[in-house]
Amino acid sequence: MRFYEYESKALFRQRGLPLGKGSLARSPEEAKRAAEEIGGPVVLKSQVLSGGRMKAGAVKFADTPDECPALYEAIEPILVNDQKCRAVLVEEKTPVAQEYFVSVTWDGRRKLPVLLFSDMGGIDIEEVAEKHPEHVSKTHFSTILPLTPRIAKEAIADVGVTGSDLNRLTPIVFELMKLFLDYDLTLAEINPLARLEDGRFIVLDGHLDLEAEARRRHKTLLAELGIGEDETRQAREPTEFEIAGRKVNEADHRGVAGNVVQFDGNLGLVIGAGGGSLTLFDAVRNHGGKPANYCEIGGNPSVKKACELTKLILSKPGVEKIAVMMNVVSNTRVDIVARGVIKGCIESGKDPAEVITIFRIPGAWEEEGFKILEKYGVEYCDRSVSMYEAAGKAVAKMGAA
Amino acid sequence: MSILISKDTRFLIQGITGREAVNLTRENLDYGSTIVAGVTPGRAGRDVYGVPVYDSVRDVVKAHDTVEGAIVSVPPGFVKDACFEAIENGVKLLVVVTENVPRKDVAQAVELAKLRGARIIGPNCLGIISPDEAKMGGVGGPAANTRQAYRKGNVGIMSRSGGMTTEIASTLTAAGLGQSTCVSIGGDAIVGTTYAELMPLFEADPDTEAIAIYSEPGGRMEAELAEWVRENDSRLPVVAFMAGRFMDEMKGMRFGHAGTIVEGKEDTTAEKIARMEAAGISVAERIEEIPALIKARMQASRASTQ
Amino acid sequence: MPGLFINVTVADDVAKDVEIAKKLEEVCPVSIFKAGDAGVEILEENLDECVLCDLCLEAAPEGKVQVVKLYAS
Repeated sequence: MRFYEYESKALFRQRGLPLGKGSLARSPEEAKRAAEEIGGPVVLKSQVLSGGRMKAGAVKFADTPDECPALYEAIEPILVNDQKCRAVLVEEKTPVAQEYFVSVTWDGRRKLPVLLFSDMGGIDIEEVAEKHPEHVSKTHFSTILPLTPRIAKEAIADVGVTGSDLNRLTPIVFELMKLFLDYDLTLAEINPLARLEDGRFIVLDGHLDLEAEARRRHKTLLAELGIGEDETRQAREPTEFEIAGRKVNEADHRGVAGNVVQFDGNLGLVIGAGGGSLTLFDAVRNHGGKPANYCEIGGNPSVKKACELTKLILSKPGVEKIAVMMNVVSNTRVDIVARGVIKGCIESGKDPAEVITIFRIPGAWEEEGFKILEKYGVEYCDRSVSMYEAAGKAVAKMGAA
Repeated sequence: MSILISKDTRFLIQGITGREAVNLTRENLDYGSTIVAGVTPGRAGRDVYGVPVYDSVRDVVKAHDTVEGAIVSVPPGFVKDACFEAIENGVKLLVVVTENVPRKDVAQAVELAKLRGARIIGPNCLGIISPDEAKMGGVGGPAANTRQAYRKGNVGIMSRSGGMTTEIASTLTAAGLGQSTCVSIGGDAIVGTTYAELMPLFEADPDTEAIAIYSEPGGRMEAELAEWVRENDSRLPVVAFMAGRFMDEMKGMRFGHAGTIVEGKEDTTAEKIARMEAAGISVAERIEEIPALIKARMQASRASTQ
Repeated sequence: MPGLFINVTVADDVAKDVEIAKKLEEVCPVSIFKAGDAGVEILEENLDECVLCDLCLEAAPEGKVQVVKLYAS
């Protein structure tokens, strides 16, 4: 989950990284006041969970505080890659001599954290790596051996930095590496890290991403930064439907029936598991079907959970029918899912035979499951019908409706 | 022959008294696996389906001599230490089934494993099966269901999805193609063993004649596989199925496994398919195309070696 | 609300046995039985969660507890 720039900077400040003067504005008046406190030219930056702010016009410069309210009003409504502006960060504009790039992320191939450093910051690092490979260093480091500043020093020296710059940069880069490991981050980036004309270094912009799986470990940090438990910080804000899906999943610890993502079609999908859902979603679209949602069931959810998920999907506006499909299941039970979805249909006031286009879940306890489906007149198929074919049957029924 | 496990592989289960692990124990025993012992701290002296429980891996080793494998089925926050414990007590093959393990913990366990010459499969996986011999993990479910889906033969399967491992095996079995060993490698961004790291093992296994893989968006694992296949001039034809093509249009959204998110251009299915095809890997549009593609590729490679 | 898929019956004499009631509550993984001073009570809202494990059948004298699949007629 991505942090806003101002949140990242709050953490940087805590860890003693050098930052310029600045404060967060949530209104045009606050923007003006912030500029007055700073004194001198300022930069106003939209706080948004996306790159490309400059291009979108969501970063503006002001020479005097009086210019700030109008600039605030210009920036605030701009969506950057569909992301809303949460506030505007007003910072002193500093005369920069050179920009550097530092980032720490995971390398899934080497299974180690990797530190990227460049003395050509501020621009697209992938482009720098391609055109000027000698200006980018890539250094893997251990997660179990002691972390010491020499790794940072070597990475910086690798691009040719020496003298007092090397000595000033080393503790900053080292701190970012520690921060990355301490907070279970998936990305810790400072870009640009600027050397000012007087030789000092400051962090101009930063970007931190916390691993969702590690949220529980860092409750204190999240509370300090004011990040709510409901905030997913995905590429877009969760919809009401998606929040309701999460509640269904969390209400019952038995198995998974969640990860609901909203789409705007008419065919509700009760699908699983992780890989199966991706496969089935593709299959439905290939047949020309219009999914109303993505979801995942797995880990043998209770009847109640499967029932609640079915009800949620059936209650979504525009959903006419549902398809219940999974790959051959091992621990999720066919009969339990069958009970759950049928119950969900009935409790929604619908006839399962009518509203379930196809039930394709072969595997554990299928004999028992098929008996239930037969009793309610629901069309089902076993593993001899492929996932792709089952999706085709579901889509065909939508056409007939 | 097979890779990683056979019916002689002796393993233990960490967290054996947990709900999922009890189930695993039963299913693995029924399938013919050799489970030496289980570990749950504070529960020494009990047994689970006749498997004795100990407080620590050290106690297991004292009582039963070295143990080659361990299934790690403990809550996410305990996974790292459970791995350390198994590795430091001489276990060489770990199957971590737990989901939602933070990446740093996985990286730490993998690093120690590497230092000690051990291998980790997973986390967030269903384990390994050498059909008609043994399985280690939840792959295939109850023994009867497992026998229905998996049959001994010559195709190796590697999959980031546990469920799709069985779907692919079941499809191959129905088409008369058995499997040598199938490995559910796990769906996280960092896993102990990648496709490319399993390839040398399959390459060296005389019973494996072809490979089927399940693949999805996110990460660089397919690129790494493509590179390996090309650089090592692999004798094994590889057929891949790529799921999640719809995700190419939905950058930054996470679907399915923790590792399944399109972050950069290289993560997309389009990019992965192009790389794999360039390396001579056949990419199936649908699961049901895999058997025919494998048969054709196996025939071609037999013809060329004669 | 009774179960849609599963019904569980306990013979009268066994239902009043406090010891058996306790055992039934203990063995059922989905909490269908609740033991009280007067014997066992069936929690109807959990009936459909029955996983057909038969542990309740083993916990009571033969034939005294019955699990009925309402869909198998």
